[in-house]
Amino acid sequence: MAEQESDTPLVRLDGISKHFGEGETRVDALRDVSLEVFPRQVVALLGPSGSGKTTLLNIIGCILDPSAGAMELDGELVLHEGQWQRSDLRRLRLEKIGFIFQFHNLLPFLDATDNVAVVLQLAGADSGTARRRAGDLLDDLEIGHRKYAMPAKLSGGEAQRVAIARALANSPRIILADEPTAALDSKRAGIVMDLLRNLAVERDAAIIAVTHDEKIFDRFDRIFHLRDGRLADA
Amino acid sequence: MNLAYRDIRHKLGRFLLTCVGLGLLLGVVLAMIGIYRGLVVDALTIARAPAVDLWVVEANTRGPFAEASRISGDLREAVARIAGVTAAGSITYQTVEAEHQGGKLRLYVIGYELTRPGGPPEIAEGRDIARSHYEMAADRSSGLTLGERIRIGRRTFTVVGLTRNQVNSGGDPAVYITLADAQKLQFELAPPAARVQLARGTSSSSLNTVNAVVARLHPNASPDATAATIRRWKHLAAITQDDQELILSRSLVDRARRQIGLFTSLLLVVSAVIIALIIYTMTMEKLKQIATLKLIGAPDRTIIGMIVQQAMALGLIGFAIGATLIIGIKDYFPRRVVLEPDNVAVLGVIVFVVCLLSSGLGVRAALRVDPATALGG
Repeated sequence: MAEQESDTPLVRLDGISKHFGEGETRVDALRDVSLEVFPRQVVALLGPSGSGKTTLLNIIGCILDPSAGAMELDGELVLHEGQWQRSDLRRLRLEKIGFIFQFHNLLPFLDATDNVAVVLQLAGADSGTARRRAGDLLDDLEIGHRKYAMPAKLSGGEAQRVAIARALANSPRIILADEPTAALDSKRAGIVMDLLRNLAVERDAAIIAVTHDEKIFDRFDRIFHLRDGRLADA
Repeated sequence: MNLAYRDIRHKLGRFLLTCVGLGLLLGVVLAMIGIYRGLVVDALTIARAPAVDLWVVEANTRGPFAEASRISGDLREAVARIAGVTAAGSITYQTVEAEHQGGKLRLYVIGYELTRPGGPPEIAEGRDIARSHYEMAADRSSGLTLGERIRIGRRTFTVVGLTRNQVNSGGDPAVYITLADAQKLQFELAPPAARVQLARGTSSSSLNTVNAVVARLHPNASPDATAATIRRWKHLAAITQDDQELILSRSLVDRARRQIGLFTSLLLVVSAVIIALIIYTMTMEKLKQIATLKLIGAPDRTIIGMIVQQAMALGLIGFAIGATLIIGIKDYFPRRVVLEPDNVAVLGVIVFVVCLLSSGLGVRAALRVDPATALGG
């Protein structure tokens, strides 16, 4: 199932640690986690509740400061010895990372097209270009017929497809997904995972997903288990 | 893409309802400001009506409005002869209750000499009093109409003219009658009482009594100097027009003015708190969306812009609704509501500042949102 890996990883973690609190209250959420994810790979992070999956996803998404370690995203060293190497982490996320959420998190006041276009406009595209490209993306994901629908009018599967389109809008090569199929039934979960796999191949991207959903395990190239903050390749 | 506009449009009904609620609140604030101003203007209206420079009243009083004053009507001639005085007129003021359309009508009766200062400033409808007796010019707010006859005291008067906005500090509509009629109304005893006085051998008091003599001065004459001249007559006091207005605004209606002023200030504070709460709540409801925006890379200025624009739109629309409402209905209030453009503008600026400060609270909350909260359930 795994695609041919290229030599340069899109995500490289080296000795990432994260602890909360100090002294007797100290909790080590991640301990010396190292990981490489290559283009076209779809990777799963598994583990029981509190094992550090979301913490790791937040660090890769540059929304949580690690305590130690280094990280490269798409060939750029963004974290060294626990210190961010860029001050504009939001811009970094906008350019390099796409997020897919458990409950799609579409902005309820924008229609499907604008939910995708807003990311493009934040990156500097003009309104016309953004809407046109958003429409194309929705067509690619076979949800074009719902491009003017408001999120409240979309089914769970449709909303998740729009959310995927939004994650892909700025052509990021790293896509982080937090329980992307948790709100979907098995059939739709399979469709969404196939879609993500195809996108990873087409766009030469890497997808890292936190999941508990056993019915989609066969869609992943690699599965990592997190236990007590330590990462093990399954 | 204007996120503030899109969000408003998405929940347009709710947003407009909030604006209407805020508009009603701001309308009440505007109404209170108008009532406050109206109270002061009403208090000054009667004092300004004769368009005079000097008020000559009984010694040691601040009459005729703040305190009772009774002086001889003959003094008008003496005042008229003072250097610098161009015209003088005797005047009386009295509040009466008359029967009108089956109810009681409170009237503020002003007696004046037809050819001298003290009469109505303008006749809006009908004509000025032309006869020496039993004619009246009434304010429109009294409900009296041209040609209507009304009994005041023991005499019946015919309304020949209507004035506009002539009310006393209590809001009672003013009616103008001749000085002679007013003196009889105020000082003439009823026949049984007069007979008792005669039987006791006591002469009835002179009818030629007035409450004040008003005087117009030559443009070059100093009101203060002329007042000082009159005060040298120990039995009289003289009050300049400026001092009279000060007495009216600072003394006669002072408590009412302060009461309404304080209530208006409280209303403003309540409005500010409510605006702040609305805007803060609007922001708190969007925290998950704000976290999502942050996570997908929206800069702070996009989020701040969304909150501030919505706060401004809320304030602007609410204020417009409130101002339109009060301007539309202010003439139906039982007392005058005076709204000058500067009052409306000042409240507008206050609402703008309150919205800006309130949006600051929302912005602070929004900027503290952790983008990680967008992840997970």
